[in-house]
Amino acid sequence: MRMILTGNESAAWGAKLSRPKVIAAYPITPQTSIIETIADFIANGEMDARYIRVESEHSAMAACIAAQNTGVRTYTATSAHGLALMHEVLIWASGARLPIVMSVVNRAMAPPWSVWTDQLDTMAERDSGWIQVYTQNNQEVLDSIIMSYKIAEKHNILMPTMVIEDAFILSHTSEGVEIPDQKDVDDFLGEYNPAFKLDPDEPAGFGSLIMPEGPYMEFRYKMALAMEEARNEIKKVVEEYNEKFNRSYSPFIEEYRTEDADAIMVVLGTIGSTAKDVVDRMREKGKKVGVARVRYFRPFPADEMRALAKKTNMIGVVDRSYSFGPGADLYAETKSVLYGYANIPVKNYVMGLGGRDITPQILEKVFNDMLSIAKEGVVDREVEWVGLQGDKRWS
Amino acid sequence: MKKLTIPEEEYMLPGHTACLGCGATIAMRYVLKALGKNTILSIPACCWAVIPGVYPHRNLEVPLLYTAFEVTGAAISGIREALDALGKEDVNVVGFAGDGGTADIGLQALSAAAERGHNVFYIMYDNEAYMNTGIQRSGSTPMGAWTTTTPGGKKRMYKWEPKKSVAEIMVAHHIPYVATATIAYPEDMISKLKRAKEIKGPKFFQILSPCPTGWRHSPDKTVEVSRLAVQTNIFPLYEVINGKYKISIKPKNPKPVKEYLRLQGRFRHLTEEEIAMIQKNVDENWKALLKKERCSQEEE
Repeated sequence: MRMILTGNESAAWGAKLSRPKVIAAYPITPQTSIIETIADFIANGEMDARYIRVESEHSAMAACIAAQNTGVRTYTATSAHGLALMHEVLIWASGARLPIVMSVVNRAMAPPWSVWTDQLDTMAERDSGWIQVYTQNNQEVLDSIIMSYKIAEKHNILMPTMVIEDAFILSHTSEGVEIPDQKDVDDFLGEYNPAFKLDPDEPAGFGSLIMPEGPYMEFRYKMALAMEEARNEIKKVVEEYNEKFNRSYSPFIEEYRTEDADAIMVVLGTIGSTAKDVVDRMREKGKKVGVARVRYFRPFPADEMRALAKKTNMIGVVDRSYSFGPGADLYAETKSVLYGYANIPVKNYVMGLGGRDITPQILEKVFNDMLSIAKEGVVDREVEWVGLQGDKRWS
Repeated sequence: MKKLTIPEEEYMLPGHTACLGCGATIAMRYVLKALGKNTILSIPACCWAVIPGVYPHRNLEVPLLYTAFEVTGAAISGIREALDALGKEDVNVVGFAGDGGTADIGLQALSAAAERGHNVFYIMYDNEAYMNTGIQRSGSTPMGAWTTTTPGGKKRMYKWEPKKSVAEIMVAHHIPYVATATIAYPEDMISKLKRAKEIKGPKFFQILSPCPTGWRHSPDKTVEVSRLAVQTNIFPLYEVINGKYKISIKPKNPKPVKEYLRLQGRFRHLTEEEIAMIQKNVDENWKALLKKERCSQEEE
């Protein structure tokens, strides 16, 4: 079945097809239409789930944790301040090894108030122990939710997952989306099989006090191992999904015209589709540029990034957030995994914060800057903010 | 001789790590005796996050979900809905939280869970301060008390604000069952729990649980302090079923509140004038409670 859906409706469809039994929902722009669509599904009898209308995102995640620990699949969705409010319990969810799947619609953090897209909210949770997958179109939003349940619920993984979409560019924009058959999704996902649960017949305690000599450190180590193991499962599940549902997702990094590229732009989310269009135009002019769209930020695709660097003379990393560290997050991590593997210039382009438009014209200028760095072999500056008011260089 | 009505079954085993004379431990023992094996507990950060023991030891024979401090209301909602989705409607879901986790940091989640009407128990074991972190003032700390964050000093910085009435806040949520109880009256507590068990919807209990460590009384006085709290009317026992108040114990000749205060080091600094002020407050609250009982019964 093919439908015209917004990114948020696609997320709601992805959740519906995955049959979570408990949904905990709290509104926040630009996520709200996900939970509204799910409310409609339930009200119309199209979806069989308990719907807890909590009083905060903190409680949304807490209720999902408790429900999932009781032995059912759960789902919730949030954005920006809602995600930040959840921070404490995000770490609880991953530490408790509960494979919760949550949609996050990227939105800027205040002040000043801004509801538009910006990736600071999810980047600030990069250490929370959640798998993070960034999407580029509404089809990928829907498909990634289904795939995420399958990956997260594997008993050798048991890590919660954020399926991330850009505010408005996806959340409120309609596209044609192929809806998989429920039966096929049921076959693909199977019944939820919890690794452990709260059960009066087998009483156990979850999350009790532990001393420094107790296995706290070992629990964290097992999480680290599971996040590593997730690389294998992501690869397997994405391939299986591609096969079963006739899709063509790259597991970790979607590469576009990178084979002989002098410079490759590394991006997340919807910037990828704009950049691909710009690449086509520049290739027509004989400029050899390519795009690598990172899908999974956690686990970070280290091997794939190193292989990418072998194909080119320069990498420009676009970040739609800033971290006040050595450049923004995608840049810092890219550079970190390349250290000792590839001796090529890497530059950080910080742009599009607070939803400022990232136009093909700006990206073309960035590509040209990247090409001149590729030619000279040195970076003029490590971090560059692109498109600031009054800066004529990029406008 | 009258037969004891306290169930013999034990779901709290020996070997807990609480302080000597801990009232909250006695409260848990009675709660589990009343509700039985088919119960799931959710416990936030509080004394009871430590009392069951250090991993892998645990002194409770029911499943237990430890949670973050402020989430008990949300956690029991999640457990309840998941159980119902699985067709396990007969399992009791019990949030067991301290007064800080209830009156302060967890009030938002509790209020929302009550308003949504989940079929759950929420039990506030009230030891009148943040005892697990070492006796800091909470909204449930009574007037006049010393705590480590209201330490007295030259400015007499004790806790002078009245104790927050969480049970009354819960009555205002129009839930089917609200009760107060205390460990010196186990049969009253257990009969209330059993009555509540038959009611579908949110059930709230405030159980006064003396804390020798924080209240600065001898560990062997826990039950006596608990009993005096009722006999002086500073902590009246009552239940509110569908908005109807019923006072469980009406002391014929209430003892002066001074007898209750003088047993506890946390009140040792109080002057006669201050004790008189507290007595006045107790008397007013008791009269107001009698009025509520009369008014809600008159509506019949």
